[in-house]
Amino acid sequence: MTSSKLDAHIPEGHMAEKWSKYRSTVHLVNPANKRHLEVIVVGSGLAGASAAATLAELGYKVKVFCFQDSARRAHSIAAQGGINAAKNYQNDGDSVYRLFYDTVKGGDYRSREANTHRLAEVSGNIIDQCVAQGVPFAREYGGLLSNRSFGGVLVQRTFYAAGQTGQQLLLGAYSALMRQVGTGAIKMYARHEMLDIVNIDGKCRGIIARNLITGELERHFGHAVLLCSGGYGNVYYLSTNAMGSNVTAAWKAHKKGAFFGNPCYTQIHPTCIPVSGDHQSKLTLMSESLRNDGRIWVPKKKEDAEAIRAGKLNPNDIKPDDRDYYLERRYPAYGNLVPRDVASRAAKERCDAGFGVNATGEAVFLDFAYNLRYKYGQMEATKHGIENPTEQQLFDLGKEVVKEKYGNLFDMYKQITGVDPYHNPMMIYPAVHYTMGGLWVDYNLMTTVPGLYALGEANFSDHGANRLGASALMQGLADGYFVIPYTIGDYLSHEIGTKAISTDHEAFVEAENGVKEKLNKLMNVKGTKSVDHFHKKLGKIMWEKCGMARNASGLKEAITEIQELRKQFWADVRIPGEQNEFNPELEKAGRVADFLELGELMCMDALQRNESCGGHFREEYQTEEGEAKRDDENFAFVSAWERTGDNQWTMHKEELKFEYIKIAQRSYK
Amino acid sequence: MNITLKVWRQKNSKERGRFETYHVKDVSADMSFLEMFDVLNEDLITEGKEPIAFDHDCREGICGMCSMYINGRPHGPLQGVTTCQLHMRSFKDGDTIVVEPWRAAAFPVIKDLAVDRSSFDRIMAAGGFVSVNTGNAQDANSILIPKTDADLAFESAACIGCGACVAACKNSSAMLFVSAKVSQLALLPQGQVERHERVISMVNQMDEEGFGSCTNTGACEAECPKNISVENIARLNREYLSAKIAK
Repeated sequence: MTSSKLDAHIPEGHMAEKWSKYRSTVHLVNPANKRHLEVIVVGSGLAGASAAATLAELGYKVKVFCFQDSARRAHSIAAQGGINAAKNYQNDGDSVYRLFYDTVKGGDYRSREANTHRLAEVSGNIIDQCVAQGVPFAREYGGLLSNRSFGGVLVQRTFYAAGQTGQQLLLGAYSALMRQVGTGAIKMYARHEMLDIVNIDGKCRGIIARNLITGELERHFGHAVLLCSGGYGNVYYLSTNAMGSNVTAAWKAHKKGAFFGNPCYTQIHPTCIPVSGDHQSKLTLMSESLRNDGRIWVPKKKEDAEAIRAGKLNPNDIKPDDRDYYLERRYPAYGNLVPRDVASRAAKERCDAGFGVNATGEAVFLDFAYNLRYKYGQMEATKHGIENPTEQQLFDLGKEVVKEKYGNLFDMYKQITGVDPYHNPMMIYPAVHYTMGGLWVDYNLMTTVPGLYALGEANFSDHGANRLGASALMQGLADGYFVIPYTIGDYLSHEIGTKAISTDHEAFVEAENGVKEKLNKLMNVKGTKSVDHFHKKLGKIMWEKCGMARNASGLKEAITEIQELRKQFWADVRIPGEQNEFNPELEKAGRVADFLELGELMCMDALQRNESCGGHFREEYQTEEGEAKRDDENFAFVSAWERTGDNQWTMHKEELKFEYIKIAQRSYK
Repeated sequence: MNITLKVWRQKNSKERGRFETYHVKDVSADMSFLEMFDVLNEDLITEGKEPIAFDHDCREGICGMCSMYINGRPHGPLQGVTTCQLHMRSFKDGDTIVVEPWRAAAFPVIKDLAVDRSSFDRIMAAGGFVSVNTGNAQDANSILIPKTDADLAFESAACIGCGACVAACKNSSAMLFVSAKVSQLALLPQGQVERHERVISMVNQMDEEGFGSCTNTGACEAECPKNISVENIARLNREYLSAKIAK
């Protein structure tokens, strides 16, 4: 049963009609009133920039905050492979229903049907909007848009711009944002970090932000606040997130009453460049689109794997029959295109069994040799009328095609590893990439604090326990361009009588004092160890005990270890410099302090969920073939955690009802 | 390997800066340049000294936040590579490396190696967009764009806004940055309606921010981590001229 504290406000009616009916009947705000309504947007990635621009276009007064030096740097920019949309331009059987179905199935039946359906419905509009802005998507020779395949689906619905789709989409949203900055409808606060929300009479009415250049604390009022602050993968220290990505905005909101949904759902991406040493500061993704054309394998014979690890054997010399294309072997229907959670676990399984191929034993091969020569090379040779091409000709012709499709990724791989992937198979290993969990929101994207919204990766709603590739960009832009502009009207239409509240209000003063106190406390520890020291330790605990595979005893240990580490942090962290100046160490310290609390909650959530689903794999709950074993009878719910005191929480359940999709065992065989 | 660093230290925009010398030991060839700075900062913190402030975020060469001027070259010795993607295998044991912030009047130093590039944002706000409100767009495939035009526009749009072009230029000109955006939109049908207004507004704002003039040296292209071509500058000049004549 759903907790009485959670109402998802899902509109009545048939799934296919909910959103259109909602849009036609939702309360509207008179344009004259919009001018007096102020909205604060925290974060300037795809969700934040698109929301801010659209709300400003509608006439609201908007303030945007980001911690980077420019809105254009938000981490959405690093997304590589593409964005999904149910356009069916390839005439291969795609539809809104199919995208909806794939997303719910891919999420291992742990997402909310109504939200996911809406996402699929607006997906086509996103592509239209981005093209109109001048986003240079890849095109065919006839001038039409090109598509590629991604994991977990059998249609080609992914739109892309080389391996830089996130960059191009973000620059599109950023240009829309800057256009409104130019008109004065948006005021931009770069190099500012939100450090608390301000609630007045039970509604969110503003934020406290720190100017990161001067260190000054600022109070900002808003009739509503949107958190578009991304995910919390950096709790693992090493992840594909940017160095600055953090949970702080969402966590401060959580501490002020916003419930946290499904914190344990983490996505481990199967194709990342493996860790090279202790100095490692971040991990780099190799786009999922590479799985389109690359084949993943490890040697069949253990002695071959050992010889490769020792540097005595060149993988190119291993005969095809001696290679184990384990994804193609285990999942013949989807092969290399299985969803991320499945591919990651399969890589771990092979490496744990002793077939890993780099010095640490934690890597598998992603090999382009075959398709480069015999798919693209052969295709080009035929095109050019070359009969009986030599191996070298096939390589040269194929290389040009692969270069055009994935050139920047291949260059990046070479730059990081020093190995040329055109001639050698890439080495890859799973790494933390995305967090499906986030602030609990209702159908309107509102958190449990009235007037406080969460968009994009910062919320929990659309991807269940596992996100499909190319769906993060889709969700960020869906929330910002096409969902919040409608749903916020439902709330703000009741706020037209609320005058701007003075930031001298005692709630603002109290919140600012709280932030000041916390900063003073951090500065005054004056311990002996750097922030990174603690962050690395936390990351290790999380990766080993709450990572790709989890079990009850490990999670219990992790909780104790995190509590202990948190104590050490507050007793021994050293932050050089001053509070009232540009101080990156202080910024990091605040974020790690929040991660140290979040980590414990993630472990608690993973511990209560006695099943395996999507990215959450509990070793105790697996099928004989090693696949995730869900327990729909007892765990078809969203866990929404309410904070009841210092590091104390109560869990509430939102029951998940599947009315339009038949819940089934996920199979990619 | 062991590396000697001479790093620009400056407390804030008002105080004078100076070079400080640091020695970093046991640097691994697999480390990135910024990871070497992480190691140095860790040492400085342990010694009770203040770490070196520098901008960085994605560390995969796409956000454009990192901005070090290494041995007299923005983003260091390699062609088409950002500071964050530069690895220590590009250096050798015993090397002395000089690291400075971007130098340009329009990029004031905030602290040490971090500079203020908000002037780029203001240029974008002046016209770096297509005026299309959300919800107005027609079906994406109803705008046909020849592949060659789309590819060219993409090459210009690949600019990461890091400012290396300005740092490399003896005149501190922002022409490569501005021309990349102007080109992207001038090459696409979506950008046609506002093309004249756009180029004039963006160039005016660029001048107002205090960037220097372009004298066609080409250092910007040579140092651009995303290999943005100076052909964009030629296109910008053509766009500007035709906009002025049309006016």
